[in-house]
Amino acid sequence: MTDLVATGLTVRRHGKSILEQVSLQAHSGEFTAIIGANGAGKSTLLSILAGLLGPDEGVISIDGRSLHLFTRKQLARHRAYLPQNPRCEWPISVERLVALGLTPILPAFGELPEALSRRIEAALAQFDLLSRRSQPATTLSGGELSRAMLARAVVGNPDILIVDEPTTGLDPRHALDAAQRLRALAAEGKLVIASLHDLTLVARYATRVVALDGGRLAAQGPAGEILTAELLRGLFGVDASVSLTPGGPLVDYLPARSSTNRRQNP
Amino acid sequence: MSSRILHDSRLGVAAVLIVALTALGCASLLCGSVWLRPDQFFGADALGAMARLVLLDIRLPRLVLALLIGGTLGLSGAVLQGLTRNPLAEPGTLGVSSGAALGGVMAIYFGLASHFAVAIPLLGLAGAGVAMILTFALGRGGGTVALILAGSAVTSLMVALIALALNLAANPYAAFEISTWLMGSIADKSWSQVWLAGPFILLGCALLFLTGRSLDALSLGEAQAESLGINLERLHGLALVGTALGVGAATGVAGAIGFVGLVAPHLVRPLLGYQPSRLLIPSTLAGAVLLLAADLVTRIVIGPGLKLGVFTALVGTPFFFWLVIRLRKRAP
Repeated sequence: MTDLVATGLTVRRHGKSILEQVSLQAHSGEFTAIIGANGAGKSTLLSILAGLLGPDEGVISIDGRSLHLFTRKQLARHRAYLPQNPRCEWPISVERLVALGLTPILPAFGELPEALSRRIEAALAQFDLLSRRSQPATTLSGGELSRAMLARAVVGNPDILIVDEPTTGLDPRHALDAAQRLRALAAEGKLVIASLHDLTLVARYATRVVALDGGRLAAQGPAGEILTAELLRGLFGVDASVSLTPGGPLVDYLPARSSTNRRQNP
Repeated sequence: MSSRILHDSRLGVAAVLIVALTALGCASLLCGSVWLRPDQFFGADALGAMARLVLLDIRLPRLVLALLIGGTLGLSGAVLQGLTRNPLAEPGTLGVSSGAALGGVMAIYFGLASHFAVAIPLLGLAGAGVAMILTFALGRGGGTVALILAGSAVTSLMVALIALALNLAANPYAAFEISTWLMGSIADKSWSQVWLAGPFILLGCALLFLTGRSLDALSLGEAQAESLGINLERLHGLALVGTALGVGAATGVAGAIGFVGLVAPHLVRPLLGYQPSRLLIPSTLAGAVLLLAADLVTRIVIGPGLKLGVFTALVGTPFFFWLVIRLRKRAP
């Protein structure tokens, strides 16, 4: 069981506040989605939760232990992080790419131990990459690359998985697949936090939602209770409807009429 | 199983390079203005003494310098290409070589070189360090394109200052000395130069060899590498100090020798699955092979009139063109 607790996170850049007093909790077994408009501070929040960026104020703790007490290696073994649009810069094979996820637990010198080779094998199988293992990672399609990156992130068996915009640039099938996989990883017992723009995916797959508005926490709680037309209108300035369909919840939006009127009659 | 095949290909590449190095090394000891036969070294007569003199005091230090300088250029090219994730990076394109050259030129210009033999390599080291710091400071945070642009800006500055030194040289002989040194050569070197530069080069190489695993993680970009526990500041420091030491000392002894650092990693990269850490040793060997071969060609085929640095530049530039054309084809 892993608990991640952030209290009073504040980040300022050039006198402008990016995050202001954001507090949140996430637990293992849950898929926590961070939602909010462009520039709401989602990526900054994820970088801070991942320990890559230090907040100007506030603390983060994992199981009661403050994040800054972890060494780089300890933290790397504990949590995996995928940035927006992760890329591989050299045409290394998919197998090698996935193996890079083991960097924090590799012995200092020498070849890959047998036990770790088996983990790579398992990750390739779990993410349907066995047929691609020798292919250069730079030649993968967007959907395949996103699977390979997820495999890279979980091959080291971290407790916490933090992913920034995992569905950006993916077609509907692969976006669904990515969201399903994150949900499945949470169901396995991992603590999963991801920022998502597709609110229907959030409504269907996330168990918990954290909503950011202009760097402030707008709401957080179970996905089913939080995602309301009112909240989405506040966050995105659009009229939204959240309806239940046979396939699950569906979030639809239209331009907000009142906001258009406001603009016309200042 | 596939990892075993990769492992084998590594051994195969290393074996080929070591055989080439041995063959070229033997040729380098035996060929030149005086052609030697191995059996002459054991002769008790005057011819034997002469052969031993040529071998031990002229050819052997030259061979050792070629190995050290070629190796450090090949290695630093591989590290800098891995660090910047740019196939065009090398000590030359990042301004390090020209910084070291400026240091050497300063040592000659101010007459320090004639008083202390160690002045050229030491100022070469300092120049390389300053250039590297300038390049990284200027290109920081702007990605690899910014780094390459910063490198060419720093190179321009160093070249301008070298031109200034040539322009203001007290007499034509000083200008001639500077320009001759700049052309790069490992001819007429003695053991003292080996002892002078060797320790710095070896220390630089040792630091560069420590970057392997971090460079691998960096194939995923800086954010992912950091999330995997890589200390990017330490990595930059190792690459910076290692390159400045190795290339600074190498340039200090031999003058500016370009393109070995650019070409060597490209020769071995496709054979080794593109993984940066697997390139380091083969690229070091390939750099030594290239420099040794270039030295032999200038010494034997073309004759002593052509300087080594000029030859590597002439041969290396078309390779640079080819790389640019290939990159342009791949660009969207």
